[in-house]
Amino acid sequence: MTATGKAKIRKLVTFVEETRNEMGRAIDPPTRRAAAVAVIENPCAGKFVEDLSELIDIGEELGGLLTERAVVALGIPGTSVESYGKAAAVGENGELEHAAAILHPKLGAPVRKTLGKGAALIPSSKKRGGLGVALDIPLGHKDAAFVRSHFDGMEVRINDAPRANEIMVAVAVTDSGRPLARVGGLKKEEIKGEDGLR
Amino acid sequence: MPEVRVRKFVTVVEEIFHEGGPSAKVPPRRAAALAIIANPLAGSYVADIAGFMDDLKPLGLEMAKALVAALGGNSHVVEGYGKGAIVGAAGELEHGALWHVPGGYAMREILGGAKAIVASSKKVGGPGARLDIPITHINASYVRSHFDSMEVGLAEAPRADEILLALVMTTGPRVHARVGGLKASEIKGEDGLR
Repeated sequence: MTATGKAKIRKLVTFVEETRNEMGRAIDPPTRRAAAVAVIENPCAGKFVEDLSELIDIGEELGGLLTERAVVALGIPGTSVESYGKAAAVGENGELEHAAAILHPKLGAPVRKTLGKGAALIPSSKKRGGLGVALDIPLGHKDAAFVRSHFDGMEVRINDAPRANEIMVAVAVTDSGRPLARVGGLKKEEIKGEDGLR
Repeated sequence: MPEVRVRKFVTVVEEIFHEGGPSAKVPPRRAAALAIIANPLAGSYVADIAGFMDDLKPLGLEMAKALVAALGGNSHVVEGYGKGAIVGAAGELEHGALWHVPGGYAMREILGGAKAIVASSKKVGGPGARLDIPITHINASYVRSHFDSMEVGLAEAPRADEILLALVMTTGPRVHARVGGLKASEIKGEDGLR
């Protein structure tokens, strides 16, 4: 994997969270979400690089790899995923724009290919940080961004990443919204899923 | 004792390709299972707590099975293990000690009678507290290549009246192990030490 791919991966980490009970109420079926995170070398670390196309291509590769890993960890078909999100943390010798290059131009297409659809914008966050930095991945419904029950976030962190010349890249998927969603708004049963918003 | 109420169940798998050195032919993996449970002993000093160990046994087995499943389903790939607990603010350290028996014996059972003591750590902490879980070889504690650890934690746990219980399994040595000592290939695996 590390030899053939564009991304030089040091580590891949998957997280699965299952909520079975909240405030004394059983959550049945439990809400589940998964994140896959790659720790990669930042080829642009330590200097200003004008052309970030290398990182853009790495983003495309990781979009497929991480989404597949996360879906497998969740144990459901990609088409059953309800919400998604992405995020990146750049080590101290990198630039916020490096995270943008990975996340925005090309990462989304392979995510949507793995999930079958994905009309909505993939919510994202990015930051620069040191080892063990907490990365909050925003989550939103994959076909209709206004579904209020699915506005959520998932924190991931890896104690030994990102090193100064590394980037942490994360994709998260879920089978559900928040455990006890009850603040109204557009419901998932009501969406058209055409314009990505409603 | 009341039933064990699990609020959240989390699994984490790390696959380590390298750490600046040559890429591993078979990347070692570490897996952690975390269960966030209600602490029925929180809030006051309870003298007799040992009965809760029996109540935790099914959860220990569920977590050990989840770890093997997360590592591909074959328990023979597991070479190292460890366990730990973070007790929320309304509990005491001794509540974390209740995890030694059900957590340790669950992994030994699932791994077919592993010989070595299960290394452990525990502490009292708030939501987001991190715990470094020590890891040693499952059949011989002195295997130096398998001394390792895995940091675990969850932003929202443990609440004051909760306990975060953790089990960890690994599939091999540190990725670039090279400081000598007893090798996994040299162990007798009888006394749990060598």
